This record gives sequence, structure tokens and C-alpha cells, in this order.
Amino acid sequence: MRLPTWLAQHLAALRALLVFTVLLGLAYPLALVAAGRLPGLDAKADGSLVAADGRTVGSVLIGQSFTDADGNPVPRYFQSRPSAAGDGYDPTSTAASNLGPESVVDTLAADPAESTASLLTQVCARSLAVGRLDGVDGRRPYCTADGVGAVLGVFHRDGLTGPVTRVVSVNQAAPATPFVTTYQAVPVELAQPGTDYVAEGAVITPVRGDAPTEPAVPADAVTASGSGLDPHISPAYAEIQVARVARERGADPAAVRRLVAEHTNGRALGFLGAPGVNVLELNLALDKRFAAR
Amino acid sequence: MSTTTAGVLFILSLVVALVAVHKPVGDYLYRVVAGTRQSRVERGVYRLVGVDPSAGQTWGVYARAVLAFSAVSILFLYAFQRLQNHLWLSLGFDPVVPHGAWNTAVSFVTNTNWQWYSGESTMGHLVQMAGLAVQNFVSAAVGIAVAVALIRGFARRRTGDLGNFWVDLTRITLRVLLPISVLGALALMLGGVVQNLSAGTDVTTLTGGAQTITGGPVAGQEVIKELGTNGGGFYNANSAHPFENPTTWTNWLEIFLILLIPFSLPRVFGRMVGQNRQGYAVAAVMAILAVASVALTNVFELTGHGTVPQAVGAALEGKEVRFDVSNSATFAAATTLTSTGAVNSFHDSYTAFGGMMPLVNMMLGEVAPGGVGAGLYGLLILAVITVFVAGLMVGRTPEYVGKKIGSREIKFASLYFLVTPALVLAGTAAAFATGNAATALNSGPHGLSEVIYAFTSASNNNGSAFAGITVNTPWWNTALGLCMLLGRFLPIIFVLALAGSLARQAPTPASEGTLPTHRPLFIGMVVGVTVILVALTFLPALALGPLAEGL
Repeated sequence: MRLPTWLAQHLAALRALLVFTVLLGLAYPLALVAAGRLPGLDAKADGSLVAADGRTVGSVLIGQSFTDADGNPVPRYFQSRPSAAGDGYDPTSTAASNLGPESVVDTLAADPAESTASLLTQVCARSLAVGRLDGVDGRRPYCTADGVGAVLGVFHRDGLTGPVTRVVSVNQAAPATPFVTTYQAVPVELAQPGTDYVAEGAVITPVRGDAPTEPAVPADAVTASGSGLDPHISPAYAEIQVARVARERGADPAAVRRLVAEHTNGRALGFLGAPGVNVLELNLALDKRFAAR
Repeated sequence: MSTTTAGVLFILSLVVALVAVHKPVGDYLYRVVAGTRQSRVERGVYRLVGVDPSAGQTWGVYARAVLAFSAVSILFLYAFQRLQNHLWLSLGFDPVVPHGAWNTAVSFVTNTNWQWYSGESTMGHLVQMAGLAVQNFVSAAVGIAVAVALIRGFARRRTGDLGNFWVDLTRITLRVLLPISVLGALALMLGGVVQNLSAGTDVTTLTGGAQTITGGPVAGQEVIKELGTNGGGFYNANSAHPFENPTTWTNWLEIFLILLIPFSLPRVFGRMVGQNRQGYAVAAVMAILAVASVALTNVFELTGHGTVPQAVGAALEGKEVRFDVSNSATFAAATTLTSTGAVNSFHDSYTAFGGMMPLVNMMLGEVAPGGVGAGLYGLLILAVITVFVAGLMVGRTPEYVGKKIGSREIKFASLYFLVTPALVLAGTAAAFATGNAATALNSGPHGLSEVIYAFTSASNNNGSAFAGITVNTPWWNTALGLCMLLGRFLPIIFVLALAGSLARQAPTPASEGTLPTHRPLFIGMVVGVTVILVALTFLPALALGPLAEGL
């Protein structure tokens, strides 16, 4: 019996797919899984797990939060970057924030739990918190002193042009104090929760302020990574944490600093990527060297 | 060493490596697709499939074989996802929802690898390795096969025979993709990419929190994801995930793998048409566009224009410390210049202009150097259009590598070019008209960028995303699935039709009136035509999105 051509072709397609599924979908990955059992590769193929005091505490490649049950930083440990993966460093829901460079207006609701912070406000709040924790200046450009985005909604008489008629600090609601008192001689109001000033025609105007161009809190300390699992922090972020960690552990800051240096990866081959400090490895080494007080 | 110097050296080292290997790899590829001696394994495959490896196919038969194979693959992958809860290694996940399974089946068969789902919480290990990863191999082989068929159209004379699809598919998979993947996977495993069948290891972190260290056969899938310019990550975070891309050198290797085959195919073209310089000209067009794009993306990201990057002091949101800004920007350019769509940083949080570059790269039609196969046939179509435009301007006979470009040929080339802009612009308009664009995370121009990006990525079979937009709805999954399907197979049909038409011609000997197509003049013209065609098509849309945001 001869099959019609179109049917024969689909039959060949199905047979080809099955052959390739066995070859590429089973034999190939399973052979690699077997190769991953070889000594030297096995620890890596299993996820570079690391143990302390006989129990597995994580993977050296996967970042983790060093916070207590309430989410507050545990001061005797170096802190990781902010994370957008689940509740923070959750490998079962890896994610980035995906907020854009002009995400600067918060949605303020009467119930603070329903408010959402813009990326700018998240950055400002993190900077302030890190500054407080580590005793450095937490100010940043485009941030208010109370840690939200310094953004004005400016109303003009004729829409986009004409004299300024009304100015609102869109990310600040009562009981805050507006971060500037006047803008072009018009007094600045606080935002009313639930009001969409963009829809009402305000021109969104971020205000740079007088914060230093190079803030004391480094960039990686105030931004979430793409994976939400970044195992590294920059050497600069490690540096501002040294004094706190040394104090908490009653250790010599110079000794802690040496430990940081030992756990800092330079650029591979001198030019690949950027230097980073593996936070989990550093904290494990700290626990070994300096027992917590 | 300063950050900028390191970033420039990173790019230069990639250029040097690609220049060094494109010739041997291209020559090897040439022997694979031009050779007629079949190995024992290959003969076994032909017997199991039931095809005669020596039988040539006309363009119609070749196209129907491509479509039959892809249709069967879509149905198979759909069923696989819908039934995953009954299968081994499902990790306890539910069957994938129907609209999602349709989207993903189309996505992986079309070499797009758009992902509406998080791999770590949706797909079991068996679906990933025996469903999705298999398509990573064969969809890449299909792309190369179609490009080779087009080259045969240029190279052959007075024949209907474009080769045999089943032979091309088998030889490209077994002789090129599989061996490089095995070596690459082992290298990635040395770097720390996982390869196991574990459902995850529950650990208690140093401060007493709970964390699940995920497992999976990642390395094998990761390498072909880059080599086949597929881009579908095992995990949601794709190549930003430390288990997919753990070190700075694996990052280099992944970018290299993305660019390896696309930049080697012009050599195959040169060898097959018997004029290596024609291949160099094609490679030069690709390289000029690629270097310009990589450089611009780096400049925009390192400058860090925009309110949040200014507040932060660097465009570091959505980027990993180990890759920093520059190596992230280079990856973003490479992944969208090809049809890969893997990401090691999240484009949605890029500066306005830095985020526009991936979009523009895709709008260029992914020809610099483009997806495996798809990039070469896309660029050859542009070369054909350029020859035609040049012929109109100076009154020379439009010819390309010895074949006349007549009205039939130019019709196929024009239809090819029109497919993706039509899909992108109609799709974006439909999303706004139906209110479905409201699922964008960001508002204003950035929200428009998210929608345009989604349709551009799907229609060009890229698969990267301005990931803020929520696309896990029946409307989005269906619409983007259609864009991926039409954006892949309509161009393939037009390319094969063009190949059939070219193969039938007798070659025209070059004369005084022939425009030389290997000189800098022609290279410059192809670059110009590519940029102008794209600018005319997409500038209004870009003006309302990223340009409005960045200015």
C-alpha cells in the first residue's frame, strides 16, 4: 500500500522527531548527568553546595539573605544586595524588578500596605537604610532626606507651559514635610493618597538636590540584580560594612578587611567581568575566624 | 584596569576569537552540508525515518518537509506539556494551561523561545530536556537547513533540486550542534552550571531561613540555548541565574557560542557559490552593524542617563555584580543581534536609549549576524533588495552572484521583508485597541516600549523581553504565538520559493554592467539599505516609546 505523499511526509516527520527526542532529549542529557558524577565535576553538577558544622547551608553560587525572621539585617553578617526573587533570594521564583529608568512616581494609597513604591523610592529607601546600618551618609541624588524619590508634580496654567500654578511633592504624604518648601515661588504641597497627579496633568519633575555625585552607599547596595540570586557584592559595598561587622564580632577591623580581600574575586584574566565579593563564603569564613559575641 | 578598558577588551577578545574561528568552523560546516558520504549513524537515522538520503527535493517538497516537521513538533510539544503531570520527573507540577502550552510549543519550534512562564515553577525536568531542549537543537538545524537551501539556489544551475531536508537536518544536528554542545556543556559544568535530576535541595541558611537550591539538567540545555540562538532559559532569570551562567568566563563563552555559527555561515555561502569574497562581503555587513550596535549599547548603559540610574550612580538595576554594566550590555546586544533572546540582565531596567538598542537590533531583522541560518538568509534577502535598488539607481542589470534578480525574485524578497513589520505594528495596535496593553508594568512611553518590544521579539523569533509586561493571559499567549508562527514560517516559505526560482536559472556571466557585490561600495550600500528600511518602518513607533522617554 502506498500512502499519499502528504501523509508519508508527516509520518517521516513524526519518526524523525521521535528519533531526535531519544537521541537529544534522553541520551544526550543523561550522558551529561553521568559525566557530572565524575570526581571533580560532581560537586559542581550538584549545585556547589556548601556545609557548615555538618549541615548544608546553601550554594556558593546562590546568594542568600542574612536577615532575621522579621527581615531585619543580622548585623554580624555582611549583607547581600536587594533581591526581587520572591521574598528575597528565593531560587524557586527568580526575578528582576523590571522597573524602568523613569519609574519615579509612587502609588500612594490610604492603606500603606496597598501603596507601591517606584524604583526611585526603593533606591532612596535602601540607601537611607544601608547608611543608617553602616554609619555612612545615605543621601543620593534625586532622593529626599526621608528616603523617597524627590519628585515634584508641577501644574502649569496652560498644561505644559505658562506660569506654575500648583506644585505637589508626589511621593510624600502627611505627616512628612515637603523636601522643598517652594518651587518657582509656589509653595509645595504634600500628596493626597489615592490621587493620580499624572492623570490630572502634572508635569513630573525629579529634583536632583545637593547630594554628592558619588554617594557613600555603593550602587549595588541599592539595586536588585537580574536573577535576584546575585551571590556577590562589590568590594566597595563590603568595605562600608567592615566596621559594623568587626564591632559586632569584637574583631579587629583590619583582620576583617583582610578576610574580605581573601574572598574578593578579581576580574578573570584581568579583563572579564567585574570584581566581586562572595557574601556567603565571606560570612562562613567570618564565623570560622571570629565567633559572634 | 578601568571598567571601560575592561569592557572594551572583553568586546575585542570576542572579535578576535570570532575572526580566528569563523574560517575553520565555516569550512567544517561547508563539508557537512556539501558532503554526500553518510556515516553509519546517519544511515541508521534515515532508515528509522524512512527517507532516501540521495533523493533531491524541489523547493515545494523541501518547504512541505520543513512545515510537516514543525507542525508535528508543535503538536508533540503541546501534548507533552499538557500531560506532564503523568510523566516521570514532573516535580509535581500541574499540566501547563492550554494557551500557555500553545505559546510555548510554538515558541520553541520557531526558535523564538519567548517565555511567559518561570521554568523553575512550571516545567518538569522531562519536558525541559526531552521536549524543549530537543527543539533547541532541531529548530536551529531547520534554520541552517533553510539558509543552505537558499545558498544552493544561488550556487546551482538549471535544476529544481535544493537538496534533501531530512539529510540537512540530520547532518547539521549530529555533526555540528551535538558535538559542540557536548564540549560546551562540559566546559559550563566546570564553571559550575548544574546538571542533575534533583527536584531541589532544601537547606537552612546561615541565619536560619529556608532556601531551596534548585536542580535540573541545565548545562546540556544551556549550551544549545546559546549555540542554536534559541534563548529559552531553564530558569526564569535565564543567563543571569548563577546556575546558568555562574562566572565571568562562562559569560564570555556564552556570548561566543551565540555568535559562533551565525558569523561562520557567510564562509559557507562563499564556499558554496565558489567565491569566498562574496562570503567576506556578507560577513563585513554583519560585522559593521554588530560592532556599531555593541558599542552604542555599551556607551548608553555606561553613561547611565535617566533619573534612576543618576540616583543610583550606575545603570545597575537588573544587572549582576559579576557581569557589571559593560559585559551585561554586550550580552544584551549579542542576544538581540542574533535571534537568541537569552538575557544576563533585564532589559526593562536599562536606560531609555540602552533599552532601545536591543529593540532596534531586532527591528533590523536580526541579520547582524542573526539567528543560526535565519540571519544569513535574512541578509541575503537584503542583499537582493540592495542589488535591485542599485540597479534602479544606475541602470545596471540587477544580478547577485551570477543570478538575475527579476520581478519574481524581487517579489519574494519584498514579501519576506514585509512580514515582520506588519506583524509587529498590527500586533501592537491590536494590543492597544483591545485594551490588552494595560498589562504593562510601567506607564507612559515605557509601557508602550514594553508592548512594542513584546511583538518585535515574537515576530522576529527573538524571545527576549522587556519583562515587566504580564503576558500570561489567553490573549497575549495566543497573539504572540501567532506572531511567532507567521514570523517564522512565512519568511521561510518565501526564502525557499526564492531559492527554487534562482536554482532554475542559468548563471549570467559577469559583464561590464554587473555591479560587483564584494567591494566596500556594495557593503556600504547593504548597510545603508538595512538601516534606512528599518528607520522608515519603525521610527514613528520608536519616537513614541524609547525616544520620548530618553529625551
